[in-house]
Amino acid sequence: MRRLNAAPLRAALALGVALVLWQAVVWLTGVPRFILPGPARVGVALWDNAALLLEHARFTVANLLTGLAAGVVLGVATALNLALSPIARLMLRPMLIFAQAVPVFALAPILTLWLGYGAASKIVIVMLVIYFPVTSAFFDGLMRLPASLADLAQMMRAKPLHRLILLQVPHALPALVSGLRLAVVYAPFAVIIGEWVGSSRGLGYLMLMANGRGQTDLMFASLLVLASMSLLCFAALERLVQSGPQKKVKRQRLPFSDRSSYGRF
Amino acid sequence: MTAVALQGDLWMGDAPLMRNLSLDMPAGRWSCLLGPSGVGKSTIARLIAGLPGPQQLRGSLEAGDGLPLAGRVALMAQGGQLLPWADLVRNVTIGARLRGTRPDVGRAHELLAQVGLAGMERRRPSELSGGQGQRVALARVLIEDAQVVVLDEPFSALDTATRLAMQDLAARLLKGRTVILITHDPLEALRLADRAWILAREGAETLSLPDTPSPRDFRAPDVLAAQAALLARLQGDAACAG
Repeated sequence: MRRLNAAPLRAALALGVALVLWQAVVWLTGVPRFILPGPARVGVALWDNAALLLEHARFTVANLLTGLAAGVVLGVATALNLALSPIARLMLRPMLIFAQAVPVFALAPILTLWLGYGAASKIVIVMLVIYFPVTSAFFDGLMRLPASLADLAQMMRAKPLHRLILLQVPHALPALVSGLRLAVVYAPFAVIIGEWVGSSRGLGYLMLMANGRGQTDLMFASLLVLASMSLLCFAALERLVQSGPQKKVKRQRLPFSDRSSYGRF
Repeated sequence: MTAVALQGDLWMGDAPLMRNLSLDMPAGRWSCLLGPSGVGKSTIARLIAGLPGPQQLRGSLEAGDGLPLAGRVALMAQGGQLLPWADLVRNVTIGARLRGTRPDVGRAHELLAQVGLAGMERRRPSELSGGQGQRVALARVLIEDAQVVVLDEPFSALDTATRLAMQDLAARLLKGRTVILITHDPLEALRLADRAWILAREGAETLSLPDTPSPRDFRAPDVLAAQAALLARLQGDAACAG
């Protein structure tokens, strides 16, 4: 209980220190406000443009969540398929390894060309970016059934599908969660890149527009909204993981500590 | 119930593991394979259970009725192989569910009660002690209703008192089945076996057992005398070996 209470307190404290440092840098260096506006100024920009920010954030969030859901569903389906079928492994794995070698972010201009400036191109970019880490992490978990449980399945004359559902999937859930953590970190990157490449709405678009007009305080405000969005996504995932039936999922604070599972097929 | 006969040499890949094995394990009785760590006891367990591995038998492994052994053997190993994410009922019924048949939940409750875990059906394996975990594994072996039961060091991770209690429980519940008990514990072999062998590289030597019926009382003078003799013998072997 003490830790639960202390966590928000520590976060607030860290935030406070960061704000003080930020303001101190602005005061001490005397940088013009179109280079680095102080926290107070950004706060005012946040307040004044709340409606504008909200409208663009809604577009970004909708694409982010849709792309996230589509990528997770597709990744999970691919991993299950690969785990179940040796033929699929033979056919799909080389393709996946090749596809992984292509930096998906670099596809953003092509996708925008094909799918236009609307929501579709952003959703597809997010989907593609998170598809690989989710597939890779979950597939890894599925294939790493402990030898003792593999023996059990053989002794019990398990059918492949039942073995998958009853043994491999529950065992792979922690690995899937690692993949989801990566996905939640990558997805905001992806959606912003998509908007930068070509969009008439969204927080990424708003940032570019504000930059063009020298409204640095609005840029920072957009950035703050974006950052809180990412944090909310991450917190929502943690919530989901902890309320799930699988309580033994190993806890990790940093999403980056599981990089090793990224890119292994 | 069926007898199991194992004859021949056991190879591990290209290297011989045990030679001149001749194990006639009678139907409906406890046969015990006693041996030090590393002699290849678990390999024999995997062989009889039909599990894959580098082991290779140059000889024969046959059931007394001439039918194949596959699908008629249940294995209970040291770790218990319980599913950490499933409650006890789901752990006991995993066999039926893996085969895609309807699990007999009523029977699972009955067996959990028989192994002394009534009222704990909804718990997870992580909430159990080592002995309780092995009770669940025992219930799972029983629900499979296999003709041949292979117990691969099932109680070796338990403390002595729990181990003795589990031996009595297993002897009671597995009565009438063909049981192949693999162990490194001389007392366990002497208490439970109807027939026993000491495994070594050169082959298996038949072990003489007290005349009393199993499970034998660990306080009985003949059991204690046999244990002392066996320990002296094993100590001699160990001294020679290393």
